[in-house]
Amino acid sequence: MSSVPIIRRLPLTWVGLLPFLIFITLFLILPTMHIVIGAFQDRDGAFTFQNLANLNTGTIPASYWISIKISAASAALGCLIGFAMAAAVTFGAVPRWIKAPLMTFSGVASNFAGVPLAFAFLATFGPVGLVTLFLRNNFGIVLQRDLGFNILSFWGLTVTYLFFQIPLMILIIAPALEGLRREWREAAEVLGATTAQYWRMVALPILFPSLLGTFALLFANAFGAVATAIALTGSALNIVPIQLFAQIRGDVLGDPNLGYAMAFGMILVTAVANILYIWLRIRAERWLK
Amino acid sequence: MSIWARIAGWAALIFGLLYFFVPLAGLTEFSLKAERGVYGFKAYRDVLGDPQFQATFGFSVIMALVTIVIGVLIVVPTAFWVRLKMPWARPYVEFITLMPLVIPAIVIVFGYIRLYNTSSWLPLTGSIMGTNLLLAMGYTVLALPYMYRAVDTGLRTIDVATLTEAAQSLGAGWVTILGRVILPNVIPAVLSGAFLTFAIVIGEFTLAALLDRPAFGPYLQRIGANKAYAPFALSVIAFGITWACMGLIQLVTRFSRHTKAAQ
Repeated sequence: MSSVPIIRRLPLTWVGLLPFLIFITLFLILPTMHIVIGAFQDRDGAFTFQNLANLNTGTIPASYWISIKISAASAALGCLIGFAMAAAVTFGAVPRWIKAPLMTFSGVASNFAGVPLAFAFLATFGPVGLVTLFLRNNFGIVLQRDLGFNILSFWGLTVTYLFFQIPLMILIIAPALEGLRREWREAAEVLGATTAQYWRMVALPILFPSLLGTFALLFANAFGAVATAIALTGSALNIVPIQLFAQIRGDVLGDPNLGYAMAFGMILVTAVANILYIWLRIRAERWLK
Repeated sequence: MSIWARIAGWAALIFGLLYFFVPLAGLTEFSLKAERGVYGFKAYRDVLGDPQFQATFGFSVIMALVTIVIGVLIVVPTAFWVRLKMPWARPYVEFITLMPLVIPAIVIVFGYIRLYNTSSWLPLTGSIMGTNLLLAMGYTVLALPYMYRAVDTGLRTIDVATLTEAAQSLGAGWVTILGRVILPNVIPAVLSGAFLTFAIVIGEFTLAALLDRPAFGPYLQRIGANKAYAPFALSVIAFGITWACMGLIQLVTRFSRHTKAAQ
């Protein structure tokens, strides 16, 4: 039997992944690399940091700042309201049958971004919107004049983004709240803890990585949103995605490599937020299985 | 549960529900006000009769279907192969499929425009068909995280190795195994991914606008700047489509659970 030659086959299993790898390389990795490399090149293709330095000129720092403010505000409020709603349905403050339809609806609403969302909020809080007219006709309150609220502003965009931020928070945090064991609360009560102490010293420290991680995810989610902002404000509000959109359309910065640097900055912000999310999620899973 | 906790719970829930439903009510109400003084469907009639609406909506529907086909052709064999032959590669593949959630769509399409322009080695943006293909590929990338996760979850519920060996011992090749053994077994998962893809593609704005294709999203944004009531009627329709897709996903998931229970 020893005369039978042992046929060694080349390891060819990776060939099965080839279509996927080619697709990913052509339509995700190469285009992204092109932008990242372009951010570090001058017009002649030589290596430079000048593009990144130029980000600190003109309207660009202001647009990053307002983008970050809107993303942070909508993420913070989204976390707060979403947490309160998820807690209400999880801990039995309201009937438990509400939970299933709420989760389904959150699945829909978290996907309802884009142009139609902008029109929904224009029809509600715009100059002749449902709420605007209701307040004016019944209470004599004019949103713009008396409350300083304008849909085409920082708060207008933040309030609109909340429509998909709150459901996203509910979808992510509800399972984490489910993971809080009854025994922990009972143990705390046996040891004489009040409800406030239980939350401050047991539940919130366990939930903290989940909360912070979800905040990072919501932040990235708002930072990359383009369509809603363009349909809602046109170019009235100079946030990063809108400025980048104008740059891609017609090189408004007059410097293609500066456009690359701007896109690179966007990747950087969303990447940091997402890495934070993943890292904190791994930490959160130590306690919440 | 103290009375105060109950009140706080109800307050949070009611506030949130108002937040969800008031804008939808505002949108619907406004879309019905095209005729002075009475509610009516004038805006809807105008919109549905607009040849531009029919053209752009048709374009987006075809794009969504093409995206679903490309997505299934790429994701199902990959997820199957990783489960069967290279389980060690699963975290890496999964990580790659999540990348589109990290890199904003506007950056990806920026890369396409610069990388595949008319003077490049693969001048896809030089022709209409090439640009359409590029758009479909971009949509496939956007839908990849959802599609991959859905299919991978579906594969988890079946015994991939046994099914493959059984098929092989009956003389089936890879195409037969994938098309006639694996795919029928993960159809509910594939359909979930497909409906979500459809909901994403149908109203997508950024890619279509920057690649300058006549899709529904850019059309909606454009008439939003020009017409008073039509865009609101269109938004109601778009929301209805999203809602229908999510409803179908629920239906498919429930249906598949029933067949499992019957076995």
